[in-house]
Amino acid sequence: MDVGAIFQAAFALVVGLDPGFLGIVFLSLRVTLTAVLIAALIGLPLGAALALARFPGRAAIIVCLNALMGLPPVVAGLAVFLLLSRSGPLGPLGLLFTPTAMIIAQVILVLPIVIALTRQVIEDLWSEYRDHLRSVGLDGLRAIPTLLFDGRFALATALLAGFGRASAEVGAVLIVGGNIAGYTRTMTTAITLETSKGDLPLALGLGLVLLSLTLAINAIAFGASRIGARYAG
Amino acid sequence: MLSTTSILPLTVEAAAFSGDGKLLVEPNSFVIPAGGLTVLLGPNGAGKSLTLRLCHGLLTPSRGAVRWADGADGRAKRHAMVFQKPIMLRRSVEANITHALAAAGANGAERKVRAAQALDRFGLAERAGQPARLLSGGEQQRLAIARAWALRPELLFLDEPTSQLDPAATRQIEELLSGLVAEGITVMMSTHDLGQARRLADRVLFLHRGRLVEDTPARDFFAGPLSAEARAFLAGELLW
Amino acid sequence: MTALPRRSLLAAGLFLGLTGIAHAQAPAPASERFITVASTTSTQDSGLFNHILPLFKAKTGIEVRVISQGTGQALDTARRGDADVVFVHARAQELKFVEEGFSTERRPVMYNDFVLIGPKSDPAGVAGTRDIVAALKKIQEKAAPFVSRGDKSGTHAAELNLWKVAGVDTAAQKGPWYREIGQGMGAALNTSGAMGAYVLSDRATWISFKNRGDLVISVEGDQRLFNQYGVMSVNPAKHPHVKVADGKLFADWLTSPEGQKAIADYKIDGQQLFFPNAGQAGA
Repeated sequence: MDVGAIFQAAFALVVGLDPGFLGIVFLSLRVTLTAVLIAALIGLPLGAALALARFPGRAAIIVCLNALMGLPPVVAGLAVFLLLSRSGPLGPLGLLFTPTAMIIAQVILVLPIVIALTRQVIEDLWSEYRDHLRSVGLDGLRAIPTLLFDGRFALATALLAGFGRASAEVGAVLIVGGNIAGYTRTMTTAITLETSKGDLPLALGLGLVLLSLTLAINAIAFGASRIGARYAG
Repeated sequence: MLSTTSILPLTVEAAAFSGDGKLLVEPNSFVIPAGGLTVLLGPNGAGKSLTLRLCHGLLTPSRGAVRWADGADGRAKRHAMVFQKPIMLRRSVEANITHALAAAGANGAERKVRAAQALDRFGLAERAGQPARLLSGGEQQRLAIARAWALRPELLFLDEPTSQLDPAATRQIEELLSGLVAEGITVMMSTHDLGQARRLADRVLFLHRGRLVEDTPARDFFAGPLSAEARAFLAGELLW
Repeated sequence: MTALPRRSLLAAGLFLGLTGIAHAQAPAPASERFITVASTTSTQDSGLFNHILPLFKAKTGIEVRVISQGTGQALDTARRGDADVVFVHARAQELKFVEEGFSTERRPVMYNDFVLIGPKSDPAGVAGTRDIVAALKKIQEKAAPFVSRGDKSGTHAAELNLWKVAGVDTAAQKGPWYREIGQGMGAALNTSGAMGAYVLSDRATWISFKNRGDLVISVEGDQRLFNQYGVMSVNPAKHPHVKVADGKLFADWLTSPEGQKAIADYKIDGQQLFFPNAGQAGA
């Protein structure tokens, strides 16, 4: 295939600022960032709690979480689909084929990554801080806010890993979103669609734009955490 | 909020500690009254650090008890601890102090004032905004002491506070500790450095293999220890 | 409890603000009034919906959200109650859908035709014939590679039916030459191009398909390649929440002179893709 045509397609997409294309980009970002935010709000405290708490079955939970990091997106999508279908238990909410459904599916994909990586980060930090924090009376779960704040730069990496998984996946959002033009079509489902239409340059052009966006977000986050980490020592 | 009753004397009643099925600290008993500097002396592995942790409440004795005069379990504890390797939070010098004060329940305005006092008192005011982890080893230990001091403890525990410092920084820390004692703070510290014990101690608790072998005023201890173990230690022999 | 330092609150605020911006600049909120239509990949991939749905919305204010799947999958989506209207092309399956009570009425809308696509080199020697049945027999005899959708779609159903007419039992004589890929029309065309295989495609998808490579039309024009589309709105007796009135409006419009003209007007490179035939008996 003509490589020039791919870059030309990507360039035309970006320079053309076609509203349909911008809509797709913003929907992708909105769905993925919202999913990562929700996963962070749930996963950071849970991961930290898992790092500090000792209870029977903890090892089993950690193994399960590590396994869930490799959960095929299609399976997550299918589970959410069956849950949200009109014939499913949450059918009356009417959420299938909406951006909300896509966010739910992505939260399921991102959450295990956030929890597992948070647990690792917080466990390491706790072994370093334990004596001092316990000395000043911050024992057990009361140490979590301090640990989350002091681990913020390492945790940003965990969130980036989650963002990467969510922004790249297509299986789950395709199943639960339905790839509806102008409503639930994201960068990845649009790529799938253009591939099936045989417009491979456009599909790869879209892929190039997605890659650039992901690259930019990673670069910004990496730079910010690098500067911050240098400041905090 | 300072209560009027003192937490001292601290009474350790046959407190023992075992880990992994081994008895690491034998059921030792001693009393720490208000005032003065007590040195826990002994070779490596004698149980000095464990004893300090039992007193501070980081460890729970597997037998016996650690009692404070006010009967409190140490929740609003007025004793603090400084560790061998300074534990610096990934924050500014000032934030390291305000964090500890917040944990102790001080409100925002009070935290500011007390942190500023501590920074002044220990010559760290100019460093207030700097990342704590970028300080030199000596400065970090000084900050750790300032952070403990800000909590207004009656009794301060220090676990080998200068073992990782160069001689200049060690001297500086020793001067600080003498100052704290002069201020009326009771200090209990561990060291395996004989010279340091000679310079600082009012009283020596000599530990060997987890057992409290000798509890003597410092002058008497260095003039002529009662136990064979302490005599060997003073003579520079390797003890096991 | 330590209060989280102000900086972390700031960071959280910034994050929330950013997502807020993402929300604000997202496409204008979809109109309140919408229906969900389960349809086939051919209507979507050919671009027909992009052409006719804006016209329908301009007239009624109703947004049509299209889920494009294989016909069998689209019917299942409607059976579960996840769509208000189905717009597909497999007459027998559609009539069964009505028979089961999931819809009260099936209405013919339009047709296009299937074409047999194959490599220019024509390994089975079928190019030029109009007889699709004879062509399929030849492909089987010569064991020339053939890609089947294998996804229970309308096109898949039509293909299986043609094999049956040709007297070839693909299940029994399935060999390495007969490849089921279980994917949509576009994917099937991409695969055929890559493998130099024959494939049955609807003409609309073929015309709008851009990655043809060496593929050409091998067989076309046989009456048996006729491909009828029908529309059905989902029966509220089965799924009380479906939008009956708006769904019926859409079906009415598709079969109205206005909708029929919109379908006829859709052309790519001057070629008409779909031929309206609403109201035609037996279609």
